[in-house]
Amino acid sequence: MSVLVGADTRLVVQGITGSEGTFHTLRNRAYGTSVVGGVTPGKGGQDVEGIPVFDTVADAVDATGANTSMIFVPPRFAADAILEAADAGVALTVCITEGIPVRDMAAVHAYLAGTQTTLVGPNCPGVISPGVANVGIIPGEVCTPGRVGFVSRSGTLVYQIVHELSSAGIGQSTCIGMGGDPVHGVGFIESLRLFEADPDTDLIIMTGEIGGDDEERAAAFIAEHVSKPVVAYIAGFEAPPGKRMGHAGAIVTGSAGTAAAKAEALEAAGVAVGRTPSQVARIAAEPLPR
Amino acid sequence: MDLYEHMGKDLFRAHGIATPRGIVAETPDEAAAATDQLGGSSVVKVQVQVGGRGKGGGVALCRSADEASDAAARMLGSDFKGRAVTRVLVEELLPIALEFYTSVLLDRSVGEYLWMLTAEGGMDIETLARDRPEALRRVHVNPGLGLRPWHLRSLTGLLPTNARDGAAQVLRAMWSVVDEADATLVEINPLVQLEDGSVVALDAKVTVDDNALFRHPEIEALEAAFPVDPVEKRAKDADLQYVKLDGSVGIIGNGAGLVMSTLDVVAQAGGRAANFLDIGGGASAEKMATSLQVILSDPSVRCVFINIFGGITRCDVVANGILEALGQVEATVPIVVRLDGTNAEDGRRILTEAAHPRIVPVATMDAAAEEAARLAAAAA
Repeated sequence: MSVLVGADTRLVVQGITGSEGTFHTLRNRAYGTSVVGGVTPGKGGQDVEGIPVFDTVADAVDATGANTSMIFVPPRFAADAILEAADAGVALTVCITEGIPVRDMAAVHAYLAGTQTTLVGPNCPGVISPGVANVGIIPGEVCTPGRVGFVSRSGTLVYQIVHELSSAGIGQSTCIGMGGDPVHGVGFIESLRLFEADPDTDLIIMTGEIGGDDEERAAAFIAEHVSKPVVAYIAGFEAPPGKRMGHAGAIVTGSAGTAAAKAEALEAAGVAVGRTPSQVARIAAEPLPR
Repeated sequence: MDLYEHMGKDLFRAHGIATPRGIVAETPDEAAAATDQLGGSSVVKVQVQVGGRGKGGGVALCRSADEASDAAARMLGSDFKGRAVTRVLVEELLPIALEFYTSVLLDRSVGEYLWMLTAEGGMDIETLARDRPEALRRVHVNPGLGLRPWHLRSLTGLLPTNARDGAAQVLRAMWSVVDEADATLVEINPLVQLEDGSVVALDAKVTVDDNALFRHPEIEALEAAFPVDPVEKRAKDADLQYVKLDGSVGIIGNGAGLVMSTLDVVAQAGGRAANFLDIGGGASAEKMATSLQVILSDPSVRCVFINIFGGITRCDVVANGILEALGQVEATVPIVVRLDGTNAEDGRRILTEAAHPRIVPVATMDAAAEEAARLAAAAA
């Protein structure tokens, strides 16, 4: 079992004919994901290594029964692509694109609230359920099937910690890269809710970073609603205020959004917070408390 | 991108917000001439991308052109909170009756715009929110629906009756700065009512979304006015995410999260990072060479720590890239390299066999951080 993506996933890729789109689509298919179609306006009727290309997401859904989309279109068109996917009725859309104007994302966020579509991202590495389906750019090689649910704002920290877990023989149910933008889809709380309900997840790892209050709100949610053990890691203790650290959302604003405040909130909610990525993997490797 | 006050006010006027008449000056003589032009008195204000100018001596009330010249000479000759001052804004003095505060900013917790207004100008807004929340109006604006009449009634309801229409006009224009110019923050502190009843923005603090600059070339062009650090510019031109810090361990990593984590792990090992540098995906020889040039040009760097996790990019390719880069760049300090992930063992073997005198391969992130901190301390 898994969350968000799995054996039932039927994937359509928006922006399939771009170089990144093609590269990762084929990797996802090689991993075992059921890739049923792609979309590039004006290129309907073509195919990419046997994957049919459509002009619109609606056409692709009609023809293939796609239930999930993955977006690789450039930032100035990506918000529109998310709206198109939602309008076509896909249950899940995963937006990899980095650099979307936040004004556009705020409008998308408001619109999606009235639809049945779940968004992951943007500016994210995607979602993988090891051994079953990979939707995005997380290198499948570092993952192993198992029972740890993983959610992270940073992509490379997923790879780093998952690699250490896999090396220690600990597999993962699903790894969610929620992305580093200030306005985004699935966050810690939605991920925690999914993993708490997933019978095949025993332990949850979340990795956060400076900026915003997603981690603080996650801590409050864990205290109230999560019975499974949670291990956390927060990056950015050394980040100076007012400087954007790579990700659009990774910035300490005044005294808000510091790593120390986030770690403290999580610890107060009973979460074990590792000091380094390696320590997180070691904590997760310990026998589960009963 | 944080705009200078005078740029924010240009944007305000373009959207219909009244501001004092003002002239930008880059020399004391220009400030004196501007003051004469404004009627013989003025307010001279430091232009920097940082707040707290009023309390920090960055604003001077001048009763003559000579006073304005002196104030400008003092400001232009110094740094303000560590920022170089290259220009001042010289503005007319206005007869102020009342001072208010208003701001709108993206509230990322809910994905909506948070608007705040108080009739009490000059107060610290966080203190006011905590101590007397009833004196502060807050509304959330749904980004799909935009600013609605009820928002305006709610916000301006705190103001004297004869200021409400004027303030509502300012608020509508602020929304168009958000909606059309992609501002993520618009703050007016103070918003004032003049003795004649009109409402004027005395200050302007505007942040525009970097991701949206492609559709505002006229705003992007303003960047040329900001003081640039040559090292930061070089990194930016090479598409590297670089932030200068004040330690002695130069950091190169791939992925923002991993780099942030690397700074922390180095600090835990007793060192301090000299920078944040995200080389991005791929970590090609060319990008590695530019990254090393950027980092080695910082005289405080005593040691470099390259921390790469190979995902889609294989570590053997990264290892060869590092060696190739070191053929182009002369390494003047030790370089600790930690490679992990796809083909990590091949990558480490390539580095070990190359036996480059400056390269110190270390297998784990924690051990590599310790080694980098130790080498930096030994060289200090």
